[in-house]
Amino acid sequence: MNNFKSNTAKRKRNESIFRIICKALTWTSLVILVVLLYHVAEQGFHRLSPDFLTNFPSRFPEKAGIKSALWGSIWLISLVFLISVPIGAASAIYLEEYKSKGMLARVVEVNITNLAGVPSIVYGILGLTIFVRFFGLDRSLIAGAFTMSLLILPVIIIASREALRAVPQSIRHGAYALGATQWQTIYHHLLPAALPGILTGVILAMSRAIGETAPLIMIGALTYVAFVPESIMDPFATLPIQIFNWASRPQAAFEEVAAAGIIVLLVVLLTMNLAAVVIRNYAQRKYRW
Amino acid sequence: MVINDPILSIWNLNIRYGETLAVKNNSFEIEKNQVTAIIGPSGCGKSTLLRTLNRMNDFIDSFNTDGIIKFDGDDIYAADADPVEIRRRIGMVFQKPNPFPKSIYKNITWGPQINGYQGDLDKLVEESLKGAALWDEVKDRLNESALSLSGGQQQRLCIARCIAMRPEVILMDEPASALDPKSSARVEELIAKLRQDYTIVIVTHNMQQAARVSDNTLFLYEGELIEYGPTKTLFTKPEKKQTEDYITGRFG
Amino acid sequence: MILALSAYISIFTTLTIIAVLGKESYIFFQQVSIWEFLFGTHWEPLLEPKSFGVLPLLAGTLLIVVGSGLIAIPTGLMTAVYLSEYASERTRSIIKPIMEVLAGIPTVVYGYFALTFITPMIRLILPDTQIFNALSASIVVGIMILPMVASLCDDAIRSVPISLRQGGYALGATPFEVTKNVTVPAAFSGIIASFVLAVSRAFGETMAVTLAAGATPNLTLNPLESIQTMTAYIVQVSLGDTPAGGIEYQTIFAVGALLFVVTLGMNVAANWIMNRYREVYE
Repeated sequence: MNNFKSNTAKRKRNESIFRIICKALTWTSLVILVVLLYHVAEQGFHRLSPDFLTNFPSRFPEKAGIKSALWGSIWLISLVFLISVPIGAASAIYLEEYKSKGMLARVVEVNITNLAGVPSIVYGILGLTIFVRFFGLDRSLIAGAFTMSLLILPVIIIASREALRAVPQSIRHGAYALGATQWQTIYHHLLPAALPGILTGVILAMSRAIGETAPLIMIGALTYVAFVPESIMDPFATLPIQIFNWASRPQAAFEEVAAAGIIVLLVVLLTMNLAAVVIRNYAQRKYRW
Repeated sequence: MVINDPILSIWNLNIRYGETLAVKNNSFEIEKNQVTAIIGPSGCGKSTLLRTLNRMNDFIDSFNTDGIIKFDGDDIYAADADPVEIRRRIGMVFQKPNPFPKSIYKNITWGPQINGYQGDLDKLVEESLKGAALWDEVKDRLNESALSLSGGQQQRLCIARCIAMRPEVILMDEPASALDPKSSARVEELIAKLRQDYTIVIVTHNMQQAARVSDNTLFLYEGELIEYGPTKTLFTKPEKKQTEDYITGRFG
Repeated sequence: MILALSAYISIFTTLTIIAVLGKESYIFFQQVSIWEFLFGTHWEPLLEPKSFGVLPLLAGTLLIVVGSGLIAIPTGLMTAVYLSEYASERTRSIIKPIMEVLAGIPTVVYGYFALTFITPMIRLILPDTQIFNALSASIVVGIMILPMVASLCDDAIRSVPISLRQGGYALGATPFEVTKNVTVPAAFSGIIASFVLAVSRAFGETMAVTLAAGATPNLTLNPLESIQTMTAYIVQVSLGDTPAGGIEYQTIFAVGALLFVVTLGMNVAANWIMNRYREVYE
């Protein structure tokens, strides 16, 4: 016992220092978030008004509005939803239930994981070349929708696979033991049970899509659009692109307009994420494995 | 062991997981409308054997089998045999109750519906629940979620769901082992009642349960069929020493 | 079957990316040697005299990556340590959602924040800083990738069995000592993988750097200067009127290809690290 030199005091001191540093750094995130939100609100809140929502962008900051961008975003996200969700869900079902073993399945899985990490601007380059130029869709909503769908497809597939995996095997076996085919089991039991998880993943993917700017700039979404799109072949602008446009301008007044635009965007995102939380809670109540 | 009216006949059955031989060269027949228990220590292959009878082992990759299993005269592993069809006629109740996260009503009607049932669903639900001794407890809440039932009730629901398909054989894989003694007793009463209409094969590691509930007992040890006979005889005057040792608790 | 087709769209996507980037890059490299591209120190693709050395762009990107990494990696790791070793359930239930919110804020908002808040603050302390500078963008990208580091490290640490940690405590060690000598080494592969993934994300970051870091290709190590990243360059070209087929147009693909290769390499490395060095505790 006497061979141990007592260094408790020093160790205790190191411990306290470490703990304090960790704690401080952790709560820094909260501080950052608060500062960011406060700054945006302070800059932009007073610019919010019904006019802001119904005006088109203008050279004059006082008259600038977000109508075209808001509608552009709504159009875009609806199209992206219609394209990516069926494909994403179908892919996940196929990969998880039909072809979950073997070399090819592993290749696809690795492939999807890698695609999830590709920078969004590369998807923009892809969209530009394939959809705008090769398919001749020009700088239209549908080209943007296809591009964004490709971008978020890996996210949806990964989330959907997780949701399907979370359904216990006992449910599958119970269905098979009653003489069900694979498709009947999937359609009647697995999909309904996995649906909340899939939806949560979809909403999170949509949140990402709404906030993306770079790919859309690449395919030519305009930064000055004074009309609401009327068909999927129309050119368009989106909330983030409009914000980018305003934020790039040197005039201080546009800084405030940009902040107002950000508030609108954040509100939209908040709504979507709240929906995701509600769905998640509903699922946890209904599917208590 | 003399079987007068075999509904399932098994010849030289070997079951492998990959290279491991789990069931070794079993041959036996199952008597119709009787309860046959399969007993043996843990890991001796009972569940594997049971799951092979309704082709539930198909879902395990490394699983393969040779030998013949005939159900009502037809080889269930023949190239043109339809596992879906087989599972309609041979039902299964699992160790852990696995009701679907749907209403009690839907749990029972789903199986018949996907198999094209044309009759009165309400009547089917009532009959099945009565057959599983669950009707009185749930008749007023058929639309509630099956997950709101207790463990014992869920298991009886699974039995009701199984008999709603009007199978010919019911395979039970340790159906009472996850239940408390009271629920367990109720399931045993149920089995006694069900054998009038169905052939039952039950795997259990609870010897006393096997003795209480079954007409015939099959003793499996390390994948080998050691002894097969009428329950009364096997438990009072077993032919093989190994059987006697197991029953008297010298190993387990 | 329709289902199968859907799944293979992902393979189609990867092949198309490679094909598209490859084809145009190939044309580019017919006219500009790879050597000049990778090692040239001057980037002026639009105005005469043109030169196509990508190092300034690469340096710009690296400046951002290193800067944001220096911010996010220690902070993220220590946040994860705090959350898993020290924090109460209540604290976790506050901090984790906050992290998720931070992660969900669009990059353009971060760019705005950098330009209108961070840069002025920096200029208060260091008045020689240019309006567009790398430091501001680094800070903001650091904030962006912080949640990712924290969350992945948290997962890695929590997957270390509690028995291991308790073994350390049972020998009379303080939490700091257990963390440093037992937990972090045990979770090492997951932690390193999280760093690599976060850095990969910083590499590909576009909007924040476009708004805050500038549009001046500049081979420098000084974060107070205006620079241009690879991603910001691509955006700049798209915003302009570049005719298809010209060499300026092809620079998009060459730079894009470099970006793709680097980030893909990092992601593959991260996955490899995770799988190869994952300790199995069962």
